[in-house]
Amino acid sequence: MPPSTSSDLTLSVNGEKYTLTVDHRTTLLDALRERLDLTGTKKGCDQGQCGACTVLVDGRRVVSCLQLAVAAEGREVTTIEGVAVGERLHPVQQAFLDLDGFQCGYCTPGQICSAIAVIEEHAAGWPSAATGDVRPEAGSPPLSPEEIRERMSGNLCRCGAYVSIVQAVARAAEEKGAVA
Amino acid sequence: MREFGYQRALDVSGAVALLDADPEARFLGGGTNLVDLMKTGVERPARLVDVRELPLNRIEATEDGGLRIGATVTNSDLAAHPEVRRRYPALAQAVLAGASGQLRNMATVGGNLLQRTRCGYFADITSACNKRSPGTGCPAIEGQHHNHAILGASDHCVATHPSDMGVALTALDARVSYETADGPGEIPLADFYLPVGQTPHLETALPPGALITGVTLPPVPVAADSRYRKVRERASYAFAIGSIAAALDVRDGVVHDVRLAFGAVASRPWRAGTAESVLTGAPADAETFAAAAEVELAAARPLPHNGYKVTLMRNLAVAVLSELAEEATR
Repeated sequence: MPPSTSSDLTLSVNGEKYTLTVDHRTTLLDALRERLDLTGTKKGCDQGQCGACTVLVDGRRVVSCLQLAVAAEGREVTTIEGVAVGERLHPVQQAFLDLDGFQCGYCTPGQICSAIAVIEEHAAGWPSAATGDVRPEAGSPPLSPEEIRERMSGNLCRCGAYVSIVQAVARAAEEKGAVA
Repeated sequence: MREFGYQRALDVSGAVALLDADPEARFLGGGTNLVDLMKTGVERPARLVDVRELPLNRIEATEDGGLRIGATVTNSDLAAHPEVRRRYPALAQAVLAGASGQLRNMATVGGNLLQRTRCGYFADITSACNKRSPGTGCPAIEGQHHNHAILGASDHCVATHPSDMGVALTALDARVSYETADGPGEIPLADFYLPVGQTPHLETALPPGALITGVTLPPVPVAADSRYRKVRERASYAFAIGSIAAALDVRDGVVHDVRLAFGAVASRPWRAGTAESVLTGAPADAETFAAAAEVELAAARPLPHNGYKVTLMRNLAVAVLSELAEEATR
């Protein structure tokens, strides 16, 4: 017997539960935008190469274009709509505004979600490809511009606002004392 | 995309049974490669068995002093693990050199080993490709092949394996464990990928329906001084055009122990065993490193547009081994 090609599922997004029926082919990106009207998450390449669709799943950044919605059931999804607290912007959002970390703005929700996770990953002691010595005894390197560029390399900006993006991420990270 | 069924497996035997019952089913790990290939029509499974929830997400010490890495450990968790960074730094560096932070959070160790080539002809279903559609030909040989294989390829396929992690695991003598409906098994990573020959569509020695359950690293003391270096066409977030995993132990100016593997040069991570033999017991100097790399690369059969890889790999080997040798004297 051919398997059922759709499922009823409950998605938990920004602290709210949404019950819906999805064709299994539906990505989390399309479910968010087309079914839940959460259009802050952007579709860029739709093949995992640009980072515009970055969201947090269980607190970790992922590209929602390669995440099947049905496989996200039971996980907590956070989108750009869910990072502010009431009227108070997330420090990364505020830093992007203050330092012009964007031009057209299309990649910005993905950049911000990614940057939020970058700061968390760094605080947790994760090394990166820019880290000279990955051994734990070497300690965690400061979140230098070089480290930020490497850790943010999964988010492309076709306007080329990278200079300001790096500054904005560094500004937001300063609050955690992560910058040299 | 073809419609498909979806089931989430909660235990290994259940996952294996589901795949055993449906020859058109595939395991879904992080999905970073499989979902992409399903969108383009290269992969057309009738059913996905999601294995991300299986209890295979731990990294544990083995009795002999090695490490056992569960198949669903994410690339991020592997690269962040203190014991991996301390005892096998080349492995952490290799994982960190691959993909992006987002993809490393999704991708799993098992899936990484089973990812498919990024050859453009393989990814384009309107194109001929012996790996995707056996017998249709290989357009890369007379077409775009500047990033294709120089070692171990055949007239039927010149695609490379894209994994960075696999190159480090190959240098470290990793073993792949799996489960089938008939019971468990284990394959050295050195024997995991099949020779290309006339059957490039047959990629691994895994039995049909097998689920990778983990990767085991033996204790490799020399790996404490190991390094992964990757050359690519942009500074980050790109596949390698050449890479190297190396570990070196120098005593009194002589190579006591060495591990060497090349990436992005063959259909599998390439253990440079010939070079290792030349190096062992020889003086740890640039001349010896170059000679060893040249012996290994004597088997290279470059195409018109990828001959640069022979020079690249020689220079990479000399540079990385020289650095490790110099650090050993400090």
